[in-house]
Amino acid sequence: MEIKTTGVAGTLESSDIQIMISKGTDGIQIDLDSEVAKAYGDQIKKVITDTLKKYGLDNVKVKATDKGALDCVIEARTLAAAQRATETSDKPELGVL
Amino acid sequence: MTYVKNRLRRTMMFVPGNNPAMIKDAGIYGADSIMLDLEDAVSITEKDAARMLVYNAIKTVDFGGAEIVVRINGQDTPFYDEDVKTMVKAGVDVIRLPKTESAAMIQKLVKDMEKAEEEYGVKKDSIGVMAAIESAKGVLNAPEIATSTPLMMGLAVSGEDYTADMHTHRYPDGRELEFARNMVLQAARAADVYAFDTVFSNMNDTDGFYRETKYIYELGYDGKSLVNPRQIPMVNKVFNPSKDEIENAKAVENAIREAKAKGSGVISMNGKMVDKPVVAKATRVLETAKASNLIDEEGNYIGE
Repeated sequence: MEIKTTGVAGTLESSDIQIMISKGTDGIQIDLDSEVAKAYGDQIKKVITDTLKKYGLDNVKVKATDKGALDCVIEARTLAAAQRATETSDKPELGVL
Repeated sequence: MTYVKNRLRRTMMFVPGNNPAMIKDAGIYGADSIMLDLEDAVSITEKDAARMLVYNAIKTVDFGGAEIVVRINGQDTPFYDEDVKTMVKAGVDVIRLPKTESAAMIQKLVKDMEKAEEEYGVKKDSIGVMAAIESAKGVLNAPEIATSTPLMMGLAVSGEDYTADMHTHRYPDGRELEFARNMVLQAARAADVYAFDTVFSNMNDTDGFYRETKYIYELGYDGKSLVNPRQIPMVNKVFNPSKDEIENAKAVENAIREAKAKGSGVISMNGKMVDKPVVAKATRVLETAKASNLIDEEGNYIGE
């Protein structure tokens, strides 16, 4: 899967997470901003990384602004951003879900 | 989760499909059904993101035993196909089609669902459908819509779109909805499916809400659509049978038992004849009372 543009999904409202995805060159690089980064930062990054890999993306720059999102929300927003970045939102790959 | 045809459906709470905070809390209010909305509550630029969020929510969030309904986008939108596929894959309980105007629209939905069920290995006929009736055409075709498929769970009147289509708007007394409400209910009863009334959106008018809920309960509706969890206990209060009704229903059951023991064909209670509709009503009262935890296994009243 190829990243064609910058993809953003999610909001800055409570319980949400905003994910911005753009083309990277050095694996999956995540810049995470979260009030609970100390306790849950590794877990949040793991969910984002796993989701991107499932979608076939290995070189990605990610900017994530977390507002206390559950794992299922993090995954959903990462998927939506990945679909937008790869311009596959109209016909997303559902097999990865 | 699998679709169950008959269950308690007094309250159907609308939850915007792109709002994680509201979705994660949706299960705690005790709604009988939760309707996650991909249609009107989601802006056109966020349809794809909402679809992913609702998919994941169905897969992972605990909705406390509520039935999960998803309102997909209409068949005249570019979002419809993906909505159907994704929700079938998620294994939702019921798919609600907005702006339903004919049996053919429901049959197309069922066919599209079957295709997706095959593709994703979801058990056939494990997902129900319901139709939102939102136009004059939909109201007039309600009977054919209600009988369009054995998977039909129910019909819902949608007051806002309907009144717009009728060149009017909603008034406190609801007279502008009279024909639609009766037509949809009649169609639902004739087809043995559920009937849901439209939302009441003025949260500050508690009296108006009770008035409308009582009215549709008396007409014979099964439940009401809600936009605010505060309305759930209010609807339940109207729909739950009273202690007197329960006692009366139990007396009817006892009279039947007694008559059977005596071998008597005619059943009487307090000197009045108990005929078939009376028995049917009593049975329904007791079933509702049991489903809403107002009586225990032996039929003893345990409500407040």
